Amino acid sequence: MDNFANLLDGFANVLTPMNLLFALIGVTIGTAVGVLPGIGPAMTVALLLPVTYGMEPAQAFIMFAGIFYGGMYGGSTTSILLNTPGESSSVVTAIEGNKMAKAGRAAQALATAAIGSFVAGTIATVLLVVVTPPVVQFAISLGAPDYFALMLLAFVSVTAVLGASRVRGFASLLLGLVIGVIGIDQSGQQRLTFGLPQLADGIDVVVVAVGIFAVGEALWIAAHLRRKSGEVIPVGQPWMGKQDWKRSWKPWLRGTAFGFPFGAVPAGGAEIPTFLSYVTEKKLTKHPEEFGRGAIEGVAGPEAANNASAAGTLVPMLAIGLPTNATAAVMLAAFEGYGIQPGPLLFTRESSLVWTLIASLFVGNLLLLVLNLPLAPAWARLLRIPRPYLYAGILFFASMGAYAVNAQPFDLFLLLALGLLGFGMRRFGLPILPLIVGTILGPRAELQGRRALQLSGGELHGLIGGWVSWLIYATVAVVLLWPLIGRFVVRPLRGRSVTA
Amino acid sequence: MSDLTTRPDRDGDLPSRPPAVPDIPAQPGPEAAADGPEPAPRPDRAQYGVCAFLALVGALVIVDATTRIGSAINTADPIGPKPVPILLGVLLLVIAAVYAVDVARGGAGEPEAGEDVDLSLPIDWRTVLLLIGSFLVNAVLIDRLGWVISGTILFWGSAYALGNRHYVRNLLIAVALSLITFYTFAIGLGVDLPAGVLQGIL
Repeated sequence: MDNFANLLDGFANVLTPMNLLFALIGVTIGTAVGVLPGIGPAMTVALLLPVTYGMEPAQAFIMFAGIFYGGMYGGSTTSILLNTPGESSSVVTAIEGNKMAKAGRAAQALATAAIGSFVAGTIATVLLVVVTPPVVQFAISLGAPDYFALMLLAFVSVTAVLGASRVRGFASLLLGLVIGVIGIDQSGQQRLTFGLPQLADGIDVVVVAVGIFAVGEALWIAAHLRRKSGEVIPVGQPWMGKQDWKRSWKPWLRGTAFGFPFGAVPAGGAEIPTFLSYVTEKKLTKHPEEFGRGAIEGVAGPEAANNASAAGTLVPMLAIGLPTNATAAVMLAAFEGYGIQPGPLLFTRESSLVWTLIASLFVGNLLLLVLNLPLAPAWARLLRIPRPYLYAGILFFASMGAYAVNAQPFDLFLLLALGLLGFGMRRFGLPILPLIVGTILGPRAELQGRRALQLSGGELHGLIGGWVSWLIYATVAVVLLWPLIGRFVVRPLRGRSVTA
Repeated sequence: MSDLTTRPDRDGDLPSRPPAVPDIPAQPGPEAAADGPEPAPRPDRAQYGVCAFLALVGALVIVDATTRIGSAINTADPIGPKPVPILLGVLLLVIAAVYAVDVARGGAGEPEAGEDVDLSLPIDWRTVLLLIGSFLVNAVLIDRLGWVISGTILFWGSAYALGNRHYVRNLLIAVALSLITFYTFAIGLGVDLPAGVLQGIL
């Protein structure tokens, strides 16, 4: 029960008045920014990173945990009250949630989302506590070749499994990897710096994330700004009747069961579990006639899945240093900003910090519930913010954050260049996630790869380690060859009823 | 951000699938009201520009790796700094070619949708250029005049670019926002923001 003692220590760290205040601030601004239309969880975290620059790591992480869950929750409010969700993980919530809101049941939709998020977040964080230590034990036994293979798997899976087009995914990944190469490499050679001293340390990941997410998004939306913004459905205090509770608690639990494992594996993400949860609830409901017209099960399940998946992504992020979604990737960058390397050694080196972070996830989750039920009408008002102010504000805070990284105007020009890249990627349907993951994991993959080859004197067989790397390479091969497998094996088996 | 447009009900797709029909619950847009047969999708030729860009980056990476990076191979690092960029450069050239083939066969990326995005409108270049302008002014002036002034210009200019015409109100908001951020972040939280010409006054 060593971990349990550590967790209690973590709680002791969080539960001081000052740290509780940081948790509260984190939850509040996380929700407020997450509610704003056009700002998803990853952008929320990226934009709010600079807020924590001047803080102690422990306080910064306490605040971060709040921002993380707050941003997630804020996004679901947007999709329920405004429809047309900005991020794909909320697409499913919007299907029934917005219908419920239109039918005058916005309060119940928000309540089931908030309480479901709390239930799922709490259970998933407990699972995180239980699952992470064994994963760490396993990760410690891995060598450089295994890590290299794992990162290769992360690249291939975010590129080929998620997203509609593989070519576009790989184009995005390669651009990210190239950005990651920029700077002085481990042998002291300058790569792609073009003699610019500002590039010698590479491009800060925060600048990349803010540029691609915030500036790129703001420019893209500005180029197509809807002249009449969507209709916001007014809402009062969220509440649920007895019937709503009865119909919600099972979907919450089932959604959690779908969400957590998908979040914890590379390329799982939140899209698949939310969708699976929706389909399951639709099948199991006693009120099938309500589906498509605003069924509460269709909000409760996917919202729980969404939150559980978010907690699940923290398992590989903390234990192996492997981000599986955009938000986790940005959080990884935040860790590095404090000189802290996520991965198996994190739990021995920074034990107190990790357990404080995990404890603050519990605390943040509870604060979120306490805060959001009464504040929902205020959040709904945020949705009416005039769009020029919203997007001007995004550019304003993006510039501030990017400048604050190194206090050099050069980063603002970089930020703009990356913003234009993000604009182009949105225009041509290139997915964003592979670029971010490539930028962050690329240098680590190179490090591990070169370390592995060092042992073998440069022979390629050095990249193959124990059975773990074999297993991972086999998975990579399956993922890469899936279209062929799908075409020649799966479809004939399923018969011809499947139309592409 | 819908950086992931996947649907779980989708099998793996070959790159050359036909232009995707948005499978996210479609928002009723003006195009839905357009009657008559579906117009033949125009090939999106601008995509060749993306291929050219990828090829250019690939070439640049290879040139940089072969001419600028010194070889620093030793027993501790038998690979050295060169092979990875060269590999990436070659892969970029390959992917540029595959991309071009995909475009030639009718492939098209789906422009990103969003809460405030109306894809039926063409790109509003005037707004975009004005925003870039405000952004550049901020980047040039931030060290000279300080964040409070350059940030004010950035916010005011962006709001103007986005079509808000309440000049005075916007100025007040911009100044307030810059001052608040300066005091909370630079003075309160120790974030690096320049005071510029207002050094000593703020």
